[in-house]
Amino acid sequence: MLKTATAGTLESGDIMIEIIPNNGSGIDIRLDSIVSHQFGKQIKNVITQVLREYGVDGVTVNATDKGALDCTIVARTTVAVCRAKDCDTNWQEANK
Amino acid sequence: MKERLRRTMMFVPGNNPSMMQDAHIYGPDSIMLDLEDSVTMAQKDAARFLVYNALKTIKYGKTETVVRINPLSTPYGAKDIEAVVRAGVQVIRMPKTETKEEVLEVEREIARVEKEIGVPVGKTLIMAAIEGALGVINAYQIATASPRMMGIALGAEDYCANLKTSRTKEGVELMLARQTIVVAARAAGIAALDTVFSDLNDMETFENEVRLIKNMGFDGKSIINPRQIEIVNKIFAPTEREILKAKDILAAIEEAKAKGSGVVSLNGKMVDKPVVIRAERTIQMALACGVITEDEIGGEI
Repeated sequence: MLKTATAGTLESGDIMIEIIPNNGSGIDIRLDSIVSHQFGKQIKNVITQVLREYGVDGVTVNATDKGALDCTIVARTTVAVCRAKDCDTNWQEANK
Repeated sequence: MKERLRRTMMFVPGNNPSMMQDAHIYGPDSIMLDLEDSVTMAQKDAARFLVYNALKTIKYGKTETVVRINPLSTPYGAKDIEAVVRAGVQVIRMPKTETKEEVLEVEREIARVEKEIGVPVGKTLIMAAIEGALGVINAYQIATASPRMMGIALGAEDYCANLKTSRTKEGVELMLARQTIVVAARAAGIAALDTVFSDLNDMETFENEVRLIKNMGFDGKSIINPRQIEIVNKIFAPTEREILKAKDILAAIEEAKAKGSGVVSLNGKMVDKPVVIRAERTIQMALACGVITEDEIGGEI
């Protein structure tokens, strides 16, 4: 059972990820990024990959990006997922 | 690597991705990603995972990676160790260390994770921050608690609070702690690192403090801003005069060896063993600081 959760900040170099359950309507990523023209697709791919690794579906993701590196996007998405699932980090998944 | 140049160890808040990705560019010898005091309780999980991903992804090059974990007595300490050992951190910095038993507890946790992920047990080093009177009393026991120990450091703010005093520009309140930490570190054969100086508007006092701790025997200083790096490096680099003197001493040793003489003399004075050791250290530091090259001294000393 998922609940709404957020992770990250709106500071430069960071990304704010908000996960909201959407009653099984698939993964819907709404991205607001200062670099969306160039990296929008890549950012959405990174977020989607983390959600799949954690078996998360049926969520709307509001992502507000301030120029985060991929490793930061992975970190923030993973923590948002863990908070939404109310569980600890799965290190086996994290180590992939 | 247990022995290396550690003039500057720069603190970087563990929940700030921007600072974490840029910190090494300024050239500190070590960066210390902080999961403890600079991270609120509500963000401990986020910072831990950010540091984990940064360590796994960002190429820090020659900069040593250190992570300050939360104490094992909190709900965060063991999770911090799990994350950063898996991420391959070089050094774990323990905060507020008071006894050798605390070091042994951290060591056990590290070893458990190292075994689980199949890295050589003993690979991850430990350094301990001493931030209270009991820690100063136990400095040598802490410094020798584990073969993983690479250094001990002073944390002055908590130490002063514990002593019921506050920091002064002269640092008289820290004299005993600093001397004890240097002596304990030297007896244990590990590094001694001084505390931070937080007032970036008072570079004069910072400079005086760096000179003081260098003269006391510290290997380096914890810093909070890239602006402090150049000052520390300048003060720790041997002067041209010191290098020339050291070169003369080492040349005199070579000359004595060539003559088959056991006694080394320079300008009519006998050169004692401590003088030789100091000259060798000066050359090593000058090489490490990039002030001279191997070619200038004719290869290894």
